[in-house]
Amino acid sequence: MAVAYPFSAIVDQDEMKRALLIAAVDPSIGGVLIFGDRGTGKSTAVRALASLLPPMRVVKGCRFQCDPAGDRTHCQTLCKSDHAPNTSSTDTMPVPVVDLPLGATEDRIVGALDLERALTRGEKAFEPGLLARAHRGFLYIDEINLLEDHLVDLLLDVAASGENVVEREGLSIRHPARFVLIGSGNPEEGELRPQLLDRFGLAVDVKTPTEIASLMEVVRRRDAFERNPTGFVARWRPDDEKLRDMIVAARARLPDIELNDRALESATRLCMTLGSDGVRGELVLVRAARALAAFEGEVSINDSHLRRIAPSALRHRLRRNPLEGGSDARVERAIKEQFGS
Amino acid sequence: MTTADPSISALQWVDATLAATLLAVDPERLHGAALRAPAGPARDLWVGQLRGLLPKGLAVHRLPLSITDDRLLGGLDLTATLRSGRRVVQSGLLASANRGLVIVPMAERLAPPTARQIAAVIDTGVVRTEREGLSLKTPSQFITVACDEGIGEDEQLCDSLRDRLAFHLDLSAAGPNSHIEPDYDRDEVALARERLPLVEISEAAIEALCAAALALGISSTRAVLFAIAVARSSAALNASPTVRDTDLAVAGRLVLAPRATRLPAPAPDQDEPDPPDDTSDDGQEPTPPTPPEDQSDDNKPDSATLEDVLLNAVTAALPDDLLAKLDQAAKANARQGAVGGSSITRPAALRGRPIGHRQGLPGSGHRLDIIATLRQAAPWQPVRRAERQKQKSPTSAARAPLIELRRDDMRIKRFAQSVSQTTVFVVDASGSAAFQRLGEAKGAVELLLADCYIRRDRVALIAFRGDKAELLLSPTRSLTRARRALASLPGGGGTPLASGLTLASEVAEQIARQDETAVIVVLTDGGANIASDGLPGRPRAEADALAAAQRLKAAGLRSLLIDTAIRPQPLARRVAEAMNAMYIALPNADASSISTAARALDDRQPPSNARAGRR
Repeated sequence: MAVAYPFSAIVDQDEMKRALLIAAVDPSIGGVLIFGDRGTGKSTAVRALASLLPPMRVVKGCRFQCDPAGDRTHCQTLCKSDHAPNTSSTDTMPVPVVDLPLGATEDRIVGALDLERALTRGEKAFEPGLLARAHRGFLYIDEINLLEDHLVDLLLDVAASGENVVEREGLSIRHPARFVLIGSGNPEEGELRPQLLDRFGLAVDVKTPTEIASLMEVVRRRDAFERNPTGFVARWRPDDEKLRDMIVAARARLPDIELNDRALESATRLCMTLGSDGVRGELVLVRAARALAAFEGEVSINDSHLRRIAPSALRHRLRRNPLEGGSDARVERAIKEQFGS
Repeated sequence: MTTADPSISALQWVDATLAATLLAVDPERLHGAALRAPAGPARDLWVGQLRGLLPKGLAVHRLPLSITDDRLLGGLDLTATLRSGRRVVQSGLLASANRGLVIVPMAERLAPPTARQIAAVIDTGVVRTEREGLSLKTPSQFITVACDEGIGEDEQLCDSLRDRLAFHLDLSAAGPNSHIEPDYDRDEVALARERLPLVEISEAAIEALCAAALALGISSTRAVLFAIAVARSSAALNASPTVRDTDLAVAGRLVLAPRATRLPAPAPDQDEPDPPDDTSDDGQEPTPPTPPEDQSDDNKPDSATLEDVLLNAVTAALPDDLLAKLDQAAKANARQGAVGGSSITRPAALRGRPIGHRQGLPGSGHRLDIIATLRQAAPWQPVRRAERQKQKSPTSAARAPLIELRRDDMRIKRFAQSVSQTTVFVVDASGSAAFQRLGEAKGAVELLLADCYIRRDRVALIAFRGDKAELLLSPTRSLTRARRALASLPGGGGTPLASGLTLASEVAEQIARQDETAVIVVLTDGGANIASDGLPGRPRAEADALAAAQRLKAAGLRSLLIDTAIRPQPLARRVAEAMNAMYIALPNADASSISTAARALDDRQPPSNARAGRR
């Protein structure tokens, strides 16, 4: 496959980049939804993220990319019986960023009976699907608003529970599938059900640049990339590596960042002002602020973190007249009220 | 050149032939063309020109509209798989088309999911197959020629694919006789292709293209990238080491002009809310009128003149009735959006998008899912074979089937069938429905739209005023569109209630043909004073309105009439009765009662009509 465009070479789109980096630092935030016009580099950013992430350690030969240091029960029951991975030795592999192509069938998503083995050897074996491949990584769905509802339900359910339960064709299998779901789409072509919106941790809006300077920069870099992809990637490698180091450091720092009462109170008050539904908003807001603080090398959360992440964490949770376009304005107002301008 | 006929036909040929030449120089970046032309000699001639310029022996693949996902993306070759007992892959059309030419006839009717799959391959250069137990990545790059045979702006190739093809050509008025021969031949094009990597483009030229794109209201950055690639190809063809002004003009005319959404001069009342006027402080406003020729200010005069050259070229290529066309195009887009979401146009259990399978026997409107059936049967093969051998019946032993299938193994395909509902709003925007009432009517519609949104229903919007009714918004699921259509709804003029109701029943009939149910919500003050034929006269207008209402009733459509008059008139109620609609008067109605009424409408027992009973 062709080389991916470097993450650090993406012009502007700060909110989208920040949301993706936060999800990379703390996957428990629960997915990112990117909505915007055609040709704004949504897919580019997600594909770029893949090459940015540090490689992960896995049990050698494990079909589910199990973490050698993590829970190994699945390894014992699933992998061992089938492929017998060498559970004592470990391996490294790039963090999977699985791109769910349009037209993927349900059997390939959840996994199914291995037809070949069943036919040739009469064995009942499970063939893992894309959900298994995305374990410990990212699952990207472009045009998520156009995906069949039953598939979206299924994906969100697995993303929330971290486990894929397969009950079909005489198979009864459960395997871990913890991944960050990233969805993108163009709202002009149809919207996502409101029940589903809320289940994404962060939501960002991307727009095409309207300033000539940034449009020129986008075009210039894209052109340079297309003419000489490897040279372009090499030129941006130091920046990408810096980002990667920041992610690694942030992950290590994350557990030590304290959730001080002040930050918690600010978050709660912000959510109350906006009347956002449930406690999910608060939780995501605080977690995302913590991840941002970790990413920036701070030891505790401050107002600036909350402020910058609040629009992404809350804009899709407002109980609103869905026809009112101005949820961004409302978040903006509430932030000003809370933190002063 | 065979002819110098200064007709439109000749002009269309000049652009189309040049585009074919440029596409042949850089197919990797330009990806292809959307060609609007009826099936016929002109189109074939153009494709012939393109093939004549591309390397010899190029494979041509025709992509039929009815292509299924397994043929498009690849799948399991069932016969070979069964014979050999191992998976045999049958590659799809997009993978086989690598380094070839893909022609899509009747592209305006291409199903949006198919168009998006082609678009995804164009984007990544890879065909990804995740189906039927296969997981493959096959590199594939091809030239796409989407032959758009649509008539009028309503029928058009889907945006997601169109956006990814550099050229949007029009040969609809071009006859084969006025065609011109390309100025270059295959060898010259091949030379140009070699020169291409060496062609430089200046900062000023890039800036001019960006500024022109912004001035023309083109939002996709792809367009600018295409323009740059075209300018480079043009320079390479002319053996120029750098992109010259003329190359920019070519790029402007062939890439930017067909994508323009507004005229370059900032028109004062455009309904587009975000004119990019942010560069005003450094003198690079995208306004064409006479920029100073000799400014001593670093490189700005250069790019300003360039931009001027460009905009002139683009403006020359724009048709006079651009604004009217844009308006139509917006509507066509709205229609497309409606098609995008689901398989609404596919009736019955045999068509639509497959969404899985369930146990059952094929036939009687169900199709066998072979793969799923095999999967089901596979684990039991050893047991069943053993059973058969135990029985030792001579006939069965002699003719032991390759696979032991049982009735219970059978799986049939399930298809996406839309059972959703479309709410058609019919809004009285006449003068009599005075302006403040129109505001309230809009409020009521918004309220109902919110309900539709939650139920994932589609909405359509009809407005009637003056002497006719108009479909402002075809059935769509996009609220963004609904909101926009509603906000721009003008008021004033007569009340052609009959026309509004007639159009509503036409739209409802169309929805029914798509196998969905329609619910009609009429907002009017009942002051009908324009008859069906557009002529004024209250008695005839009222009679026509009642007749139209009765037709709605006969069609078995569920409906709601909201009387927006300050003092409710008897006619509105009579119309409501005639169409068997629920009636509520707006003066007494607040937000929640309208909402409740709409919900009641949804749950109400449908009238005695088979089609209405679905939901």
